[in-house]
Amino acid sequence: MTLLDFARGPALYAATLIMVCGLVWRLTGVALLPFRRDLAASGPNAKGRVSGALWQVVSRSFPRRSFLGRTMVTVTIGYAMHIGLAVILLGGAPHILLVTQATGLDWPALPKGIVAIASGVTLVSLLLVILRRLTHPVLRLLSNVDDYLSILLTLIPVLTGILLAEETLLPYETLLTWHILSVEALMIWLPFGKLAHVVFVFAGRAALGARQARKGALQ
Amino acid sequence: MSPMPPSRAPKIAPATRRIAESRSQEDQTRLDAAMRGFITDFGPEAATWMEACLHCGQCAEACQFYVETGDPKYTPIWKIEPFKQAYNRQMGPFAPLFRMFGLTPSVSLGQLEHWQELLYDSCNMCGRCTMVCPAGIDIADLVEKARHGMFDAGLVPPDYLGALAGKERETGSPFGIAPNAMRDSLLEIGEKHGVEMHVDEPRAEVVPAVSSIDLKMYPDSIAATAKVLNHIGVRWSFMTKGFDADNVSLTAGDREGQKIVTEAIVAAATDCGAQVLIMPECGHSYTEMRWEAANTVGHALPFRVLHMSEYLAEALEAGQLHLRPVPKDGQGHGVTFHDPCQVSRRSGRSDAPRRIMQALGLDLHELADHGPDSWCCGGGGGVALIGRAKTLRNHAFDIKKRQVAETGADTVYVTCTGCRQTFEHGFKDAGAETGVGSLLDLVAEQLDEKEKTS
Ligand code: SF4
Ligand code: SF4
Repeated sequence: MTLLDFARGPALYAATLIMVCGLVWRLTGVALLPFRRDLAASGPNAKGRVSGALWQVVSRSFPRRSFLGRTMVTVTIGYAMHIGLAVILLGGAPHILLVTQATGLDWPALPKGIVAIASGVTLVSLLLVILRRLTHPVLRLLSNVDDYLSILLTLIPVLTGILLAEETLLPYETLLTWHILSVEALMIWLPFGKLAHVVFVFAGRAALGARQARKGALQ
Repeated sequence: MSPMPPSRAPKIAPATRRIAESRSQEDQTRLDAAMRGFITDFGPEAATWMEACLHCGQCAEACQFYVETGDPKYTPIWKIEPFKQAYNRQMGPFAPLFRMFGLTPSVSLGQLEHWQELLYDSCNMCGRCTMVCPAGIDIADLVEKARHGMFDAGLVPPDYLGALAGKERETGSPFGIAPNAMRDSLLEIGEKHGVEMHVDEPRAEVVPAVSSIDLKMYPDSIAATAKVLNHIGVRWSFMTKGFDADNVSLTAGDREGQKIVTEAIVAAATDCGAQVLIMPECGHSYTEMRWEAANTVGHALPFRVLHMSEYLAEALEAGQLHLRPVPKDGQGHGVTFHDPCQVSRRSGRSDAPRRIMQALGLDLHELADHGPDSWCCGGGGGVALIGRAKTLRNHAFDIKKRQVAETGADTVYVTCTGCRQTFEHGFKDAGAETGVGSLLDLVAEQLDEKEKTS
């Protein structure tokens, strides 16, 4: 078995298993805590808990105007990185092929040039994120090993992906192997650290939305 | 998680421990008590928030303490850092892994003592940071839980806040005002202001709770309450068996004291068959009665809980409250309004005071950030009751002062006793001449008795 076979086979299964089980464990760990029924009367402008949760999940994706003056840089870099990642994952032909092979689902790929630009934007954004964490007083104070590890584990697949798409520097197979392995490293770390925000950021919004909806104080 | 760099820990002298018996307790016992206090009542909501932080730092930009001082230690989520660490080590879904690999250092009592300033002196529990957080983390709620832990470990700031909470738990009033003394004071205020006062009536549809701060500093507001309720013509009464609308215990983190106060008010209002309990111009205790009391007593309340501004807005709408418009000031300065965080942002009722101001014909010049976006005055969450926090509080108030000045208004109206005090002190300390007015007092001055009888 070559390293590429290993990366495509057992390593992929193991990484997927760890990611899914880890996330389920972490989610169950919080979801199973005793839930207290709220006996307070709801507010005069109350909305349903579920619609409040959903509304908050969506609305928090857009920055609130009153804060934008002070949060513009963080928001811009965050948007650039996340949109870039979405374009790479959902628009890159090899990624679509992978999904098609696994599920049968298929959709048209974006032109290679666009995916290349998105990859560049994502890479630069990730580097800026690191730079800001190292220099901004608040971010320096908050940042820990988990933060840097999570960024690094996102950055390496993007970097190997760019090299792979350009078929440069190293032989194609070697690059492919390292690209897949780096994605698997990301998948393995995902449930344990900050990367779990792919789930928890929405769970946090939903929890707030449900509560504030009852009060009629959704913002 | 990285260990706490000692240079980053707030540098203040270790706190005096408030609970006498705590002195003899081993540090570990007190630490355990702190963590237990923190995680009691921890449901899926709070646990989700503990897992959700991205360390994006945006909450700092929403907090007056960071924005005005530029000191990163005032970053909202950093204020609960030791509790986050302890949660990860002891309670989180991966706690065994965190311990095994030493991913989070254990928290020490000294660390918590250092954190006292961050959890008490520099948090108004105003929830502004909650609005900016992309993960929807209610940091104010987590700070409240952390304060439970701090209280249980005997780490409440002793001056004023701790002392007042202790008195409140003992006597039911932060100033130790006994029911009969309260009754005498209320009747005296009625006499002095020539207002018919109703105290401890056997039946009453409407019961206003009383803030001891109003009693001591703003008795006019108590007279105004009576005057307005008499005008509306409802059957009402103050109830001295449970009146304390301050609930200092809540801000101190004393759950037991908080419960004692809440239960007394609920019992008093229930006994006289109240349909409405009015929380006077007050913030945190409104939140407690409005959103927590039912859970504290374990059943739905048999009456509605309304903030004074909500009650007045309803009475206006129902045609029970008749107001004369305020004559326009010649210079056209107009007035501005400060939204109390707990009513406006946290409970979604920015509309109520504005309806009243409209009925009064006030020329309202809104602050640049108003309604749910309003900045806290800096005194909320018990900060006004911490003597040593004065300089920091005035720093936090600067943003408010600037925004008020920008409106050009010569008076700022408030609907919360705590805000009123903070504004008065803040303006005085800054040598500003802007007036601070209570909206309730203004309503009482502008009652239109002729319109009422016609
Ligand atoms: S804004 Fe929210 S997610 Fe960002 S650091 Fe603050 S608490 Fe964490
Ligand atoms: S609740 Fe208010 S005072 Fe406390 S950290 Fe958040 S913004 Fe700052």
